[in-house]
Amino acid sequence: MSPHGHDAHKATAYITEQDLPERPLATVPSDVIKTASWRTFLPVIHLEACTKCYVCWKFCPDVAIGIDEAGWPVVRLDYCKGCGICAEECKPRAIDMVKE
Amino acid sequence: MARLTIPAEEYMRSGHSACPGCAATLVMRYVLKGLGPNAIVTLPACCWTVIGTPFPTTALNVPILDCAFEATGASVSGLRAAADALGLADVIVVGFAGDGGTADIGLQALSGMLERGTDALYVMYDNEAYMNTGVQRSGATPLGAWTTTTPVDATSRGKGEGKKDVMAIVAAHRPAYAATVNVAFPEDFLKRVEKTKTIRGPKFLHAFSPCPPGWRYPPEKTIAIGRLATDTNSFPLYEIEGGKYRITRKLGRARPVAEYLKAQGRFSHLTDAEIAAIQSEVDGRWARLLALETLG
Amino acid sequence: MPRMVLSGNYAQSYAAKLARVHVIAAYPITPQTAIVEKLGEFVASGELSAQFIKVESEHSALQACISAAALGARTYTATSSQGLLLMHELLHWASGARAPVVMGVVNRAVAPPWSIFTDHTDTVAQRDTGWIQFYAESNQEVLDTTLMAFRLAEHPDVLLPAMVTEDAFYLSHTVEPVDVPTQDEVDEFLPRRDVRGLIRPGAGVRLGSFTMPDLYEEFRHKIARAMERSAEVFFEIEDDYHRLTGRHHGGPLPTYRVDDADAVLMTMGTATTTARSVVDALRTRGNRVGLAKLRAFRPFPVKEVRQLAATVDRIGVLDRSFTFGAAGAAFTEVAAALYPETHRPALKNFVAGLGGRDLTPKVLEGMFKALLKGDGPEVDWPDLKRRAEVVRHG
Ligand SMILES: Cc1ncc(C[n+]2csc(CCOP(=O)(O)OP(=O)(O)O)c2C)c(N)n1
Ligand code: SF4
Ligand code: SF4
Repeated sequence: MSPHGHDAHKATAYITEQDLPERPLATVPSDVIKTASWRTFLPVIHLEACTKCYVCWKFCPDVAIGIDEAGWPVVRLDYCKGCGICAEECKPRAIDMVKE
Repeated sequence: MARLTIPAEEYMRSGHSACPGCAATLVMRYVLKGLGPNAIVTLPACCWTVIGTPFPTTALNVPILDCAFEATGASVSGLRAAADALGLADVIVVGFAGDGGTADIGLQALSGMLERGTDALYVMYDNEAYMNTGVQRSGATPLGAWTTTTPVDATSRGKGEGKKDVMAIVAAHRPAYAATVNVAFPEDFLKRVEKTKTIRGPKFLHAFSPCPPGWRYPPEKTIAIGRLATDTNSFPLYEIEGGKYRITRKLGRARPVAEYLKAQGRFSHLTDAEIAAIQSEVDGRWARLLALETLG
Repeated sequence: MPRMVLSGNYAQSYAAKLARVHVIAAYPITPQTAIVEKLGEFVASGELSAQFIKVESEHSALQACISAAALGARTYTATSSQGLLLMHELLHWASGARAPVVMGVVNRAVAPPWSIFTDHTDTVAQRDTGWIQFYAESNQEVLDTTLMAFRLAEHPDVLLPAMVTEDAFYLSHTVEPVDVPTQDEVDEFLPRRDVRGLIRPGAGVRLGSFTMPDLYEEFRHKIARAMERSAEVFFEIEDDYHRLTGRHHGGPLPTYRVDDADAVLMTMGTATTTARSVVDALRTRGNRVGLAKLRAFRPFPVKEVRQLAATVDRIGVLDRSFTFGAAGAAFTEVAAALYPETHRPALKNFVAGLGGRDLTPKVLEGMFKALLKGDGPEVDWPDLKRRAEVVRHG
């Protein structure tokens, strides 16, 4: 487990026992946690080479590639961990991993 | 706009705590894409306990019930019984466990669930070791692989024993359905998941789940390594329905196992002779699988 | 209210049936088997509409019940001895998840050496797991307490699992007349549970997540508070049950002839019945002795123990189990409860009746006498078979 995950709970306002639910029932969506700081390389998509095959979207382990209204893939920068799978799997090589 | 080849709906959220490039996330993502919003996931101790993010956050849009490491099969049966008793017929109960939690410590509970015919899906994501506790060997670790408890040094050559054949153990229970799936083949993966929705009774998916830190390869190679596992026949894709075997991805000619092994640090110590031995073991298993398929 | 002739085991089965449990999961072990066999019959005949999960172990039985309870089902299991020990990890899972599972336990000795007879080691060893524990003296008490246990476990201020125990064979296999409430009465006392607010399909929630050090302790404290509150809630529930059935079993520490007593013996389970007759016999001979029955071991009735001790000079605590390296568990709890009191009676621990050894009137009378005389060791095993004199070698 990455130490980054340890700060997740701080995204909410549970401070004292009285704020907590009686049962240990978690209800806050994990996307309050930003994982951008895990990244050293950033995927940059060159749309001129993109064929909209969505392989990058399909294989992203962090659900960090969205598809905009025009159908272009977009990297959700708050969540991308920079694993490089999208760039590696993109057949037309439309994605570069660039050091941040 | 080109069409998506797998469902667009996401039930796994961003922000989770998996290592970069982790395939266990894709296993969950694809399973839930196939099952939809009625899934309830029960999760034993495993990487996903942590990936799912700490209290009070949760990485899924469907409920998760944590259960004891060794008891996933029982948790599945309890949820199914409760859903039936409470009139929640649409609920799809999913047990989601690692290979250690399934093939080793949880084998009894899995056997119980399969034998008593619980109508549910059990998914074993197979990263071939106890990863959450720091890469110790499991019964599903393959022959020759380095782990922290099967070291490579003057006296040890990685794991000295072969991989436990979990599918054969499952098949011996004659479940309603069982299949192997691989994150490198999402369309095939989704077909298997969607098929489980049409079948009543116990269903089992053995999901191949490459792990960059545990297998010692760079994270961008997860899909490539997954593909190689199947293309070398190391991890063939097949299903067992009503006792009948069917290979769901057949290759003209398999690639040499060496390509798969050499892509991973955990096998980097292997000599040509050791690789040849693994190749013949893989060939033997493939021949048996072909024979099983012909049995019909 | 029909009167039936029931074994302790059947009293458990009838209680679970009257509680209209949704899910039953259990694994056979002597002397518990009849409980689940009878429930199996009820389900098969349609008298009880419930899911009966045929599990492959006690461990799975409890996990199945916890998971079913998380979805809102009323659940019941039963076990004994080795089966309960196998469940140990899951006992913690049940309380941690605040799953109000109810379990019948037949108190049986643990191996090795093998024994299937009465002994409280199995349940006493689970005292730190966050389960409410009741020990029954009669089959009537088994049935009544089990029904009350469901209500208590599911109470919104409690939400904790509960076990109701009965001594092996003395209750499990002995029949007694038992007044069985009607289904209508039980439905009024114990409506089928409202399942809102638990894990629901379609909700992005998670029960039992990984929790960091800044919040974990608070959840443990919530269990501690719920356990404390359960003691108060239990009084209300007993009163309600009394209104409905006319029966009241006297709270967590009912007493017998203690008002003017010089010495009181504290017992758990069936030893109480014999001890009561010994009290009567001794009183006819002019000995002022009394009895207190430790019915609830968790939560431990600290307040009631203190009240009792305020007027008594000597208390003996009978433990049908032993905590090796210390003393009997009930004894140490009583001692701890009395430490802050200004009037502290002399205490003695009797460890006896292990592995089904009969606690005869003679043995119990000996305990009262030792108490009155104030002699003998602080922790005594009075029914041990000892050589009459020490044999010296060479
Ligand atoms: C009874 C019990 N024993 C041991 C553990 C410690 N433990 C937690 S996760 C884990 C390894 C899980 O391995 P696996 O099932 O393969 O899943 P992975 O971590 O690889 O995803 C172990 C040994 C535990 N939680 N409970
Ligand atoms: S680099 Fe990895 S995490 Fe980032 S968008 Fe690409 S696949 Fe997703
Ligand atoms: S250790 Fe492996 S399986 Fe576990 S989260 Fe990391 S990549 Fe995934």
